[in-house]
Amino acid sequence: MGRYVVRRLVQMVPVFVGATLLIFLMVNVMGDPIAGLCGERRCDPATAARLRAEFGLDRPVWQQYLTYMGNVFTGDFGTAFNGQEVTELMATAFPVTLRLTLIAILFEIVVGVTLGVVTGLRRGRPVDTGVLLLTLVVISVPTFVTGLLLQLLLGVKWGWIRPSVSTEAPFAELILPGLVLASVSLAYVTRLTRTSIAENRRSDYVRTAIAKGLPRHRVVTRHLLRNSLIPVVTFIGADVGFLMGGAIVTERIFNIHGVGYQLYQGILRQNTQTVVGFVTVLVLVFLVANLVVDLLYAVLDPRIRYV
Amino acid sequence: MSEQHYESERVVAVTGVGGTVDLGADGTERPGKAPGGPGGPGGPGPRDRPRSLWSDAWRDLRRNPVFIVSGLVICFLVLISLWPSAIASGSPLACDLAKAQEGPRPGHPFGFDGQGCDVYTRTVHGARTSVTVGVLATLGVAVLGSVLGALAGFLGGVWDAVLSRITDVFFAIPVVLGGLVLLSVITSNTVWPVIGFIVLLGWPQISRIARGSVITVQQNDYVQAARALGASRTRLLLRHIAPNAVAPVIVVATIALGTYIALEATLSYLGVGLKPPSVSWGIDISAASPYVRNAPHALLWPSGALAVTVLAFIMLGDAVRDALDPKLR
Amino acid sequence: MRGATHARWAVCAVAAALAATACGGGSGSGDAGAVLSASWGDPQNPLEPANTNEVQGGKVLDMIFRGLKRYDPETGEAENMLAERIETSDSQHYTVTVKDGWTFSNGEKVTARSFVDAWNYGASLRNNQRNAYFFGYIAGYDEVHPEDGGEQTADTLSGLEVVDDRTFTVTLSQKFSGFPDTLGYNAFAPLPRAFFDDHDAWLEKPVGNGPYLVDSYTRGAQMSLRAWNDYPGPDRARNGGVDLKVYTDSNTAYTDLLAGNLDLADDIPASQLKNVRSDLDGRYLNTPAGIIQTLAFPYYDEDWNRPGMEKVRKGLSMAIDREQITDTIFRGTRTPATDWTSPVLGEDGGFKAGLCGEACEHRPDEARRLVAEGGGLPGGRVTLTYNADTGSHREWVDAVCNSINNALDDERACTGNPVGTFADFRNRITQRKMSGPFRAGWQMDYPLVQNFLQPLYYTDASSNDGKWSDEEFDALVDRANRETDAARAVRLFQRAEEVVRDRMAAIPLWYQNGSAGWSERLSDVKLNPFSVPVYDQIKVG
Repeated sequence: MGRYVVRRLVQMVPVFVGATLLIFLMVNVMGDPIAGLCGERRCDPATAARLRAEFGLDRPVWQQYLTYMGNVFTGDFGTAFNGQEVTELMATAFPVTLRLTLIAILFEIVVGVTLGVVTGLRRGRPVDTGVLLLTLVVISVPTFVTGLLLQLLLGVKWGWIRPSVSTEAPFAELILPGLVLASVSLAYVTRLTRTSIAENRRSDYVRTAIAKGLPRHRVVTRHLLRNSLIPVVTFIGADVGFLMGGAIVTERIFNIHGVGYQLYQGILRQNTQTVVGFVTVLVLVFLVANLVVDLLYAVLDPRIRYV
Repeated sequence: MSEQHYESERVVAVTGVGGTVDLGADGTERPGKAPGGPGGPGGPGPRDRPRSLWSDAWRDLRRNPVFIVSGLVICFLVLISLWPSAIASGSPLACDLAKAQEGPRPGHPFGFDGQGCDVYTRTVHGARTSVTVGVLATLGVAVLGSVLGALAGFLGGVWDAVLSRITDVFFAIPVVLGGLVLLSVITSNTVWPVIGFIVLLGWPQISRIARGSVITVQQNDYVQAARALGASRTRLLLRHIAPNAVAPVIVVATIALGTYIALEATLSYLGVGLKPPSVSWGIDISAASPYVRNAPHALLWPSGALAVTVLAFIMLGDAVRDALDPKLR
Repeated sequence: MRGATHARWAVCAVAAALAATACGGGSGSGDAGAVLSASWGDPQNPLEPANTNEVQGGKVLDMIFRGLKRYDPETGEAENMLAERIETSDSQHYTVTVKDGWTFSNGEKVTARSFVDAWNYGASLRNNQRNAYFFGYIAGYDEVHPEDGGEQTADTLSGLEVVDDRTFTVTLSQKFSGFPDTLGYNAFAPLPRAFFDDHDAWLEKPVGNGPYLVDSYTRGAQMSLRAWNDYPGPDRARNGGVDLKVYTDSNTAYTDLLAGNLDLADDIPASQLKNVRSDLDGRYLNTPAGIIQTLAFPYYDEDWNRPGMEKVRKGLSMAIDREQITDTIFRGTRTPATDWTSPVLGEDGGFKAGLCGEACEHRPDEARRLVAEGGGLPGGRVTLTYNADTGSHREWVDAVCNSINNALDDERACTGNPVGTFADFRNRITQRKMSGPFRAGWQMDYPLVQNFLQPLYYTDASSNDGKWSDEEFDALVDRANRETDAARAVRLFQRAEEVVRDRMAAIPLWYQNGSAGWSERLSDVKLNPFSVPVYDQIKVG
């Protein structure tokens, strides 16, 4: 196990370097950000040149990348155009997105797994068909359409919730955005659980348990659920990375000042430092989440042993 | 995580049993004919031709109402993509601001959007863009992904390590983010940049599946036998491994097609997708969403068309997956 | 804070239901200690006076600073604020006397030096101030800010000299009679020593001499400003303070306003304008602002600069149905333009309705004839380039294109060409990559007709994005700037504007209004001619 972890960690290094380099190049392709700083007029060439030097934009890309990465390892993620440290931005943005992700994951677990178990146990019944069709519809409708409609109905028409999230972004205000963010994954979790339950239900150990005369709920919770949830847990684990990086649309709709918002702003202003900094962290989260998922697999499924 | 894990369930049988109205007798009959039952597809078939996975699957699909319905929807979409004027004779670019946001009226069943363009005409003409983006992006992703994935799985060793790490690199970039960065500098108003972008960031998904699939197939006896008989590596890959490893790729690609169509709409919503004078559901949804309170019809029709299209492709993928999944035989 | 506001709301709602008078916002009363929340955008540059060139940062500077002059929130007239008097005999040498009794909120006295130091800081190249060019009229600017890439040879402007505690002199490098009236602009604000001594701390929590203090500032999220109780000026805040909340999307701000989570939203999105009157029951304001939208042309492109093209440009202008677009898309928050300035200048200030004449009227047949006469559109096509990330530009660009297409009877004649980001849009402009007309918006820096013409159409001026150049125009502007009689100067500027019209240097589209909506708690909400809410006059409760 230890050796496996070390090998995986070593493999993460080139992926990390590659992904950050890729995003660095991509942001660089966007071109010179300085022109946007002077409003509806031409920056005077002298000031523009000084600003370029200040942000290191006057050097070749590879040099910028190396300097940047060197700084990152000392904890310096650079400065945004408005003079704010990127680490400061992260300190305000990541907790918010983390809360949002947490709620989304909770939805996936509570609603997704429950629906999956119910439908898995009642295959073929109307409730199963209904839920299954619903999941397909949820998967098919793009998040921004779902988000805009729910915001309009719940927030404006009926006034059940705040249509947007305040700066502090407490948990209560993040419920609807969390649901919207989770919707597609939720549908997948439901279907995954359902399949898994349905398959395991026919397995020998469940039959044995029932034959032993164990009460139904005990069979379901102790035997069936525990074994059926392995793929679900791994899916959810891997989803953490996606949810944190993929919240751009949701955060935009609900005015959440999280990672997605900072990224969106960073891209619009072509702020290399912000974008690359946030993506660097996201890539790390993604890589670690994937590693944890794989290890979790081994923990949950005794048949798998890593060497 | 591979897409394979998501589900391997038969939407088919379920919709049948669930009694979707138009299924009729077939629906009630289905449980008895379930493929897993005795005398199912596993037994000797009525015909003489040798039975392959593909012919089995096709036989299965033909009777699957989900496949039939989604197939019909897709055929219809393809037809109106090729000849939109057949059912919408007007021009999607003919707009009269005086009619902006007006509701339905004779000759204009879906009403008008914020610019006074006919929503019906634009929705019909938008199909072409979505189908083009979906189909071409999927083709690109499938070809690039399966070639790289198959090579990684087949060559193994250093090649595998390098290719897999490159796959991881592209996999680690959040898709919407990548779209915002890469597409915001593009000024071309064709569909190509969007397709190119989806291929660029979409291939790792297929590549991983193709790799896994090739590795699994490679361990089969007949491959080992061919190898022992001295088949060349190229022949081995092309004749023996590829045809048997392609099923999971097709399944995932079909489902991905739907998500790519939705992705194009999302990118257009964020302002970096297609550009006018392209006509696309994404552009129209994006333009209509701020006006939803005053002209909901301008949002609902293209959204509905988009949802139905995505649904059709995902259901098709579901059905194909079931037909190709040996576990259910 | 949030919770408290909420609670008060609930109490008011209940009380209102019971007594119907308790919390109702009669405009006479007002709780001077109550705080309101207002929509804001994240300022793009550090919040230094000479570094802020957009409305969002300008909102804050307008609250925490007072300069020598201040533009009257209603008339836009430049009136003395900290200036006791500004004297000149030749429009080139000015003597400024600062009023006594003004201090910064940290107790430091505002003196002549506060201004001179601030201006020197703003002009100096090494401070990277985006608005440095505002000091370009002052003698010695070329030494502290060489634009040709040369070395900076001086730290301070030779044209500025402190005479005593309350007096300083300004020498300009050329005659400019309008100079005193430009001094209300934010870049000319005074700065306390704290700004220079501990710059980082100042940026964290700016200190100024205006009616508000910065209480706390979380960048990218919120700035809390509170009324400064010892403010010495005449325009004390009539509320307890303002919480500026950052919104990425004006739609969200508007929905928050409807839901009672926000007190004041300026910049109501075009898409909501249809409902605004019913939604807000009269708590909505739509007043002219010093903003004009035009279409500029790339004169560096042969296709758009050949003889005869002025007919094509005029034809395009006549193809646009301004009336219908401002009605349908903007719901009257913009007014069809009939000259190249803005109504907020007033007749005396140089605004002249109808100066554009028939060229700004919708005449499709005439438009088609003129375009054909001028040799047609280059390649038969025209693309309108704009940035898609801010404002609701797409809607009007599409509408303008449809209007042109309908007039020219070719549905592919005109297409919008969105550019993803503002920075990229500006890059294409500065690198002269435009191949057709493009969006050009102009928000005045100060209410002078000069500001609507010189920066935009003078040869090589800083905002002359299309690189239009005309000797006659330049000569008239030069003459107008030298003219000491205000009325005569205005007439000369108008003659210069007629040159712009005759050559159709840019197509004027519409004058933009400022709009704002507010909650029931507020009264006395106004917007100044820069479309910024006059926060200090707002009453809460």
